[in-house]
Amino acid sequence: MAVTELVANLRAEARWIVQDTTTMAWRNLVVTTRSPELLTFVTIQPIMFVLLFVYVFGGAIQTGGSYTDFLIPGIIIQTVLFGTGQTGVGLADDLSKGIVDRYRSLPMARSAVIAGRVLGDMVRNFFVVGVMLAVGLAVGFRFHGGVAGAIALPFFAIFFSIAFHFMMAYFGARSKTAESANVASFLVIFPITFLSSAFVPVATMPGWLQPIAKSNPMTYGVNTARSLAQGGPITEDLLLSIAWIVGITAVFAPLAVYQYRRAS
Amino acid sequence: MTTSVPTIDVRNVSKRYGKIEALNDVSLQVEQGAILGMLGPNGAGKTTLVKILSSLIKPSSGYATVAGYDVAKQTRQVRSIIGLAGQSAAVDENLTGRENLVLVARLYHMSRGESRTRAGELLEQFNLVESGDRTAKTYSGGMRRRLDLAASLVARPQVLFLDEPTTGLDPRSRNDLWDVIRELVKAGTTVLLTTQYLDEADQLADRISVIDRGSLIAEGTASELKQRAGSEFIAVQAQEHDQISKTVEVMRRFSTEEPAVTEHDRRITVSVTDGSALLAGIVRELDSAGVAVTDLSMRQPTLDDVFLALTGRTAEETAEGDGEGEDGGD
Repeated sequence: MAVTELVANLRAEARWIVQDTTTMAWRNLVVTTRSPELLTFVTIQPIMFVLLFVYVFGGAIQTGGSYTDFLIPGIIIQTVLFGTGQTGVGLADDLSKGIVDRYRSLPMARSAVIAGRVLGDMVRNFFVVGVMLAVGLAVGFRFHGGVAGAIALPFFAIFFSIAFHFMMAYFGARSKTAESANVASFLVIFPITFLSSAFVPVATMPGWLQPIAKSNPMTYGVNTARSLAQGGPITEDLLLSIAWIVGITAVFAPLAVYQYRRAS
Repeated sequence: MTTSVPTIDVRNVSKRYGKIEALNDVSLQVEQGAILGMLGPNGAGKTTLVKILSSLIKPSSGYATVAGYDVAKQTRQVRSIIGLAGQSAAVDENLTGRENLVLVARLYHMSRGESRTRAGELLEQFNLVESGDRTAKTYSGGMRRRLDLAASLVARPQVLFLDEPTTGLDPRSRNDLWDVIRELVKAGTTVLLTTQYLDEADQLADRISVIDRGSLIAEGTASELKQRAGSEFIAVQAQEHDQISKTVEVMRRFSTEEPAVTEHDRRITVSVTDGSALLAGIVRELDSAGVAVTDLSMRQPTLDDVFLALTGRTAEETAEGDGEGEDGGD
């Protein structure tokens, strides 16, 4: 009796968490579409990176094949990671306004404020990945790894970003202002994305840097994305990517919720 | 629930932030359907009390119930029967008025259809239909407050907390909002309203609790409180500075209390009983004392006078005195 009741309660609770998360994700997406400058920023910046690397630096980088084919999977992963910074910025922005007190006075699931923000930002990132692929195809990028890989690539990119959304949510909940959350996200994401195989083969880096770049989760993510696009061995990179994602999420998701509760 | 328990029941609640005592042993009760005005200057502890009662923060000691639910322990139940509006709540600037209300309704777990219907009703009730599909950032201060109040009413709360609902509004918007609040109370909602406007508490509240530096210092109806400040005031403005002392001497004869003098406008104020009967006498005696008067007026005491009588300070002085209010806090 007591057990069935408990199960029923847990089931109701889980249902509210899912519904509240969807509601908050809807709110965040509506707000995103209201700030075109944000959407422009998150798409224009990666497009500039593509053009910069393909046409300016690309000629000097030797990858043993088409540099554009090498670059696009990397820059897609970089873009979704930069996109996660918005999770922290948005959360810090909400926390600095009275709106969190409104949420707190409602009988909603507390974790839905963070989960809804992550979900909304993931949907936005999915759109951005679409734009990036279109730009990539326009500058000469082609899939050589089959249809399944091509379809899997955007989903993998979004999946890979989950861990960083929660990491950024934690920094956002710790920050007093949207500006400082922005700086924090930049300081974390910038080295992670550049000390990796996203733009150049790790083998071309100085010897002391290579172990760092090789063990960077970004490198596993980029290598997985590259294998999806171009074919080639994938298992090891995919498994290590998943391990990193699960590990980082397991640490930062509870930390983010805890920090949010403390801050609000 | 039984009617014997007050809808809002606060027992010996204190709240400390480090060494700062934001609330000190506050007890109060509000019966169902009544409206209590919590009157005090900035930083007196009003917002802290509202946050405790709406389950946003926990008291350091003491306990409080709202509709029988413990605000520190039964937070989910408390949140499903209260509404919170005013400076400690807010609207989402990037959503339209309608979307704001739908969002809140959805977070109360109403269905999509119900949420839309309720949002429409509230936009109508709060005279926001025309602006309902514009983002809230385009709203005037008064419209924003009305939307905020509407959001707090989405789930038809039994108990409503209004935290300085009209602070910063122009007199007209304030009057409009007062009308809305009066309607709510007619419908049976129990309301706790905080304000630093003395006339606001007078206008809206059945009973008034005066709070100063975290402690309740007086409680009663508006007229009970006014009696503590004397029944009426007569103010005389002398034409010349050197006539102030002569005026004070005359006025002293009409009151048991010492007249108050404001030097800069040469005004002498004294509290009296049955002022209208005394006016003619005061004019005669001032005349025979050779005092030229530029202004003479009689007025009912305001709650400002109450605050002065209770604390020896005006509410404004207190607010300026501790610039660090509770409002920016935690």
